[in-house]
Amino acid sequence: MPNNPLSFRPERKSEVEKSHRTKPSTAHRVGHGLRSVYLDNAAATPLDAKVLKAMLPYFSSIAANPSSLHSAGQAANKAVTQARKSIAEIINGHADEIIFTSGGTESDNLAINGIISVIPISNSVIPAKAGIQNPMDPRIRKDDKRESLPHVVTTAIEHHAILELLTRLQKNGAIDLTVIKPQKNGVVKVDDIMSAVNDRTVLVSVMYANNEIGTIQPIGDIGRAILKYRAAKRGTLYEVRGTFPLFHSDACQAAGYLDLNVEKLHVDLLTLNGGKIYGPKGIGLLFVRRGVKLSPTVIGGGQERGLRSGTENVPGIVGMAKALELVQKNHEKESKRLAQFRDRLIKGLLRIPKSRLNGDPAERLPNNVNISFMDIEGEAAMLYLDAKGISCSTGSACASTSLDPSHVILALGMSYEAAHGSLRFSLGHDTIRSDIDYVIKVMPGIVEMLRKISPVTLDMSHF
Amino acid sequence: MTKPTNSPDITPRKNSDGGFYSDVVKDHFFHPKNFMEDESAYKADGQGVVGSPACGDVMRVWIKVDPKTERLTDCRWKTFGCASAIAATSMMSTMVIENNGMTLEQARQIRPQDIMERLGGLPARKIHCSVLGDKALRSAINDYYRKSGQIDKIEIEQGRVIDKVLKITDHDIEEAVLEGADTLDKIQSKTKVGTGDPSCIPEVEQLMKFYKEKYFG
Repeated sequence: MPNNPLSFRPERKSEVEKSHRTKPSTAHRVGHGLRSVYLDNAAATPLDAKVLKAMLPYFSSIAANPSSLHSAGQAANKAVTQARKSIAEIINGHADEIIFTSGGTESDNLAINGIISVIPISNSVIPAKAGIQNPMDPRIRKDDKRESLPHVVTTAIEHHAILELLTRLQKNGAIDLTVIKPQKNGVVKVDDIMSAVNDRTVLVSVMYANNEIGTIQPIGDIGRAILKYRAAKRGTLYEVRGTFPLFHSDACQAAGYLDLNVEKLHVDLLTLNGGKIYGPKGIGLLFVRRGVKLSPTVIGGGQERGLRSGTENVPGIVGMAKALELVQKNHEKESKRLAQFRDRLIKGLLRIPKSRLNGDPAERLPNNVNISFMDIEGEAAMLYLDAKGISCSTGSACASTSLDPSHVILALGMSYEAAHGSLRFSLGHDTIRSDIDYVIKVMPGIVEMLRKISPVTLDMSHF
Repeated sequence: MTKPTNSPDITPRKNSDGGFYSDVVKDHFFHPKNFMEDESAYKADGQGVVGSPACGDVMRVWIKVDPKTERLTDCRWKTFGCASAIAATSMMSTMVIENNGMTLEQARQIRPQDIMERLGGLPARKIHCSVLGDKALRSAINDYYRKSGQIDKIEIEQGRVIDKVLKITDHDIEEAVLEGADTLDKIQSKTKVGTGDPSCIPEVEQLMKFYKEKYFG
């Protein structure tokens, strides 16, 4: 409707400043005559050209099965071994502690299912009652059932790969579950975690950095507290499980920006994946500390120490190792660069009336901006941004398959309204300063337009 | 409750065939028609509202009525909601005033399915968005009848209790169908209907059939 002054016009290339086009074009920047600003790097990152180069030989010229004993197979095997070694070095672990999987979700599932199913039933029914050591003791009442289940502690802002699985296990009566809420700033308190840990706790799982609001959790501190707890527990009635609780952390979002030294994080299990660190999708890994017993979730030919059978994804493994090497080598410099852009974007967007930052301003990933705009709905805003060539995400219910708004933003104690109006911009290697300025320029008009057609005017004092 | 999500992350945007919204939806979303620009200067003969911001959708509808013909001469709206919610209200406002406007009786008969058809379809999980627009319109029509003293013409939409134990109404069944429940099992897992009062199950099945027909043809 050309006569409608509010009518929305997508940005054309002619409006794009020249400097931007001097940047070499990569696949994700290709638009349809639109300026293309990709700010959804927490969802997926483009493959780094160096990673692709490292992977290419393993698609065709070195394509044999690493389990084959002929020299072609051994060439592939060598690549996998080398990748494993290189990753182990980066995270300060051992090569035999790296289990390759198909991605973050599978690694999380392997960690949880692997632990829960390895706990013998007889161990898991030791009641929390002193003096009873035999699980078949007739003094054990049915009421003790919940109290005799293996116990897991996690947080309310975990990825679905953790929360959905744990909730399901709880519903099936396989575990007793405690879900810890973060503070209002999205950071979980070590004390809150530790006060939920008890003698039955077999696993604590806390993500390193949140995928929606980017908040960084004190993993090293939690890890240390768990070590202390375990040390104090040894020699008690529960000696049989003296090494519990185990500590798992999902570091998929953190890997590009934070230190992954498992000795400093004190984790027993660590999830990483390729698709968020400029590596290939469909590859991930689980670090499993020596001495930790897991039960396999994929059963077959016995690859990956029998924990994850299936012919190795050799190009993926090579790409994963290369990607991790590259992001970890540059993470301090890149973090510094992006943190400036992040703060610039936050500052620019918060100038829009009735907007609010979700998550702590400082304890957050350098590439994450998550802001709620009141009175408008996130999916609509996201699509208006898309028409201007900007890719981002929303925590709005409308954009999710479940029609539930973001569990992360709700867990901060924010309202449903705030969750519906939330947008996440996640910066990446290709982000340049003018991208940020472009978003800051475009956003106010979009918010204004959507507020004009919105019947809602919420009182900010509620938020 | 609801099972998320096949999503690796916050936003699974595209469905399998690549495009999520039809061109008509996009047109009404990016160029909304007939929305209310200035409420204070507008003299409405009736207005209605449905939804709440916490649920993610609110729609407000204003209408003008020719008292002689009882036809709609204007329909304005405001919507808080996603692309399909905005597009559906915009399309509805177009439909009720085109060709000299619908009579109030005709406008009352508008079904979500009609709006969806004109929009060239909506993704299945977005259908409930378009349902709200017609509810707001019917509420505006009632408001007109109230204001013009034709109390007998007001039709209040009320839920009828189906499961007396759990106080589950026909609206609950309707909602469940709209959310994609197409078998008795799925309706029960959403609403628990019939678990307290199994005698109502045949009626639930009838309603399910009715609403499936109504919304999904």
